[in-house]
Amino acid sequence: MKEDVAVIGVGQTNFTRDCGMSVRELCFEAYKDAAQGLNLDPKDVDASIIASAPEYDKQRTPAALVSEYLGFSPSPTFYLETVCSSGTTGVRVGYSLIKSGLHDIVVMVGFQKMSELDSRIAAQVMGRGDDTMFSSPFGTTMPGGHALYAQAHMDAFGTSEEQMAKIRVKNSFYGSQNPKANYKKRLDLESCMNADLVCTPLKKFDCCANCDGASAVILASADKARKYTDKPIWIMGTGMATSELNWSSRASLTNFDSVRNAAKSAYEMAGVGPEDINVAEVHDCFTISEILAYEDLGFAKTGEGGKLIDEEATYHTGRIPVNVDGGLLSKGHPIGGTGGSQVRTIVQQLREECGDSQVKDAKIGLVQNVGGVGTYANVIIFGRD
Amino acid sequence: MDFGNFGVVNFTKQAKSVAFVDYLAEGKLMGTVCKKCGKKYFPPRMDCAQCLDSEVEWFEINSKGKLITHSTVNFGPSGFEEVQPYTLGIVEFPEGVRVLAKISKKIDPATIKAGMELRPVPQKLNEERLTYEFEV
Ligand SMILES: [Zn+2]
Repeated sequence: MKEDVAVIGVGQTNFTRDCGMSVRELCFEAYKDAAQGLNLDPKDVDASIIASAPEYDKQRTPAALVSEYLGFSPSPTFYLETVCSSGTTGVRVGYSLIKSGLHDIVVMVGFQKMSELDSRIAAQVMGRGDDTMFSSPFGTTMPGGHALYAQAHMDAFGTSEEQMAKIRVKNSFYGSQNPKANYKKRLDLESCMNADLVCTPLKKFDCCANCDGASAVILASADKARKYTDKPIWIMGTGMATSELNWSSRASLTNFDSVRNAAKSAYEMAGVGPEDINVAEVHDCFTISEILAYEDLGFAKTGEGGKLIDEEATYHTGRIPVNVDGGLLSKGHPIGGTGGSQVRTIVQQLREECGDSQVKDAKIGLVQNVGGVGTYANVIIFGRD
Repeated sequence: MDFGNFGVVNFTKQAKSVAFVDYLAEGKLMGTVCKKCGKKYFPPRMDCAQCLDSEVEWFEINSKGKLITHSTVNFGPSGFEEVQPYTLGIVEFPEGVRVLAKISKKIDPATIKAGMELRPVPQKLNEERLTYEFEV
C-alpha cells in the first residue's frame, strides 16, 4: 500500500437541530474530538482548510476566525467550497499539500449551521445551487432535482418507491445506534411508504433534514503520522469530477457522471476495484442518491441498484456494507460538515472502533461525497496497515 | 426588458443574453447557435467555449419534444408560496437541446409521463414578468 499521507485524527460534533453553539464553538468541538489522544500542539499544525457553503452565515471569510479560535495562527488557512462535498474537497487538497512536500500536518474543519434559517429561505438558498439565471426562475430545489433523477431512474429501470423506502429503513436502523445522529428513530417500511410527498416521487423520509454540525480530519505525512499514532489510516486514492451545473445540459439523468468519473480516478490511483471495498460511506442526501451511488461506484450494475437493497447486501453483515452510521438521511447533513463525518466513520471502521455496526475485517473503505445534484463528486479510498 | 423580468423570481439583472427575454415577450422561446462551429446552446449563451468566439445567432424552439423526466414540487422556495404545487419537467427537442420548465396546470398531473409530447409556450405572468411552460 502507498504510505504517503495518513489520516491521524477524525472527529465530529453531534449533528442536531438548534445546536446552541456558534460556528467557532461547533468547529472547536469537532477539532477537539479529532485531536483526542494525539498530543498535537496547535503550533504543529502547518496549515488548515476550512470547508463549508458560505450562503448560510453572516461571517465573511470564516477561515481566519476558525484558525484563530483553534490556535493555528499564524500558519496558512483558507476557505474551500464545493457545497455539500466541501469537506472531502478539503481532504483532497490537504492530501496534495502534504504529498507535494509543502506541509507535514494539515487540518480540515468542515461546518454548517443551518437551523437559524427558516425552511423556505433555506430551500431558496439551496435551490440557488442550480442555474440561477435559467432554472431558479422555475422554482427548482435540491429535493426537486433529485426527484427528477428518481423519476427518470424509475421509468428507465423499474426502480420502485419501496426500494427507496428500504434505503431509509436501513439507514434509520443504523442512525438509531449512532449517539451523534440527528434522527435516532427507527423507521419501518410502512411509515416510509405512507409519509407525505415532498416532491414526487420522493416522500418525507426519502429526504435528509437540515441540521447543524461540524467535523474535522487531521492529515499527516508518513513520518509524522507514525510519531502521533500507531493506527494511521492511509489515503490510497482520491478522485474528483464535475458535471454541468444546469441539469438540462447533462447527458444522463439516470446516473451521476461526476461520480462515475471520480470513482474511476480513485480506483485507478488506489489500484483497487469496487469488489475490493469492504465498507463505504455514500452521499445519501435522498434515498435515490444511495441507489445511484451503488451503480455509479460499481457495487451494482447500471439499473440494478435497487436489487442491492432488496437483498440487504448493504447492511453491515452484507456483501458491501454502506452507510452503517445512519448516512446523511438519519445521521444528518450539515452541508460543509458532512464529508468529514463520512471520513470519520470509514476511519473508525478501519480502526475497528464501531461496536455493533463494525464490519468484520474491514481493510479498505470508500467515501463518496457529492455536492449539489450530482454537480461535484469526490471519491476517496482509505486503507489500513 | 432586463433579465430580471424572466421567471417567478430572478437573481440577475444585466446579461448579454437579455434578448432571450425580449424574444419571450414576442412569444418565442429561443436558443443560440455558434456561427463558427454550429454548436447549439440551451440555455442560450452569447459565448462559445469551444471557439472562444462570441458571434452567435438565435434559433427558435417551437416543435414538440419528448418529456424525459418530471416532478411535482409540493414545497417550493421563497417566492413560490402562491404557485405550489407545481410540476417541473425536462423536455428534449428535435432542435437538439433539452429545456427545463414548468408543465402547464392544464395538464392533469396523473396523465404526465415520460415520453409524452410537449411544446414550449411563452407566457406573461403579469404586466412585467415573462416565462414559458410546457403544454400538449
Ligand atoms: Zn463555437
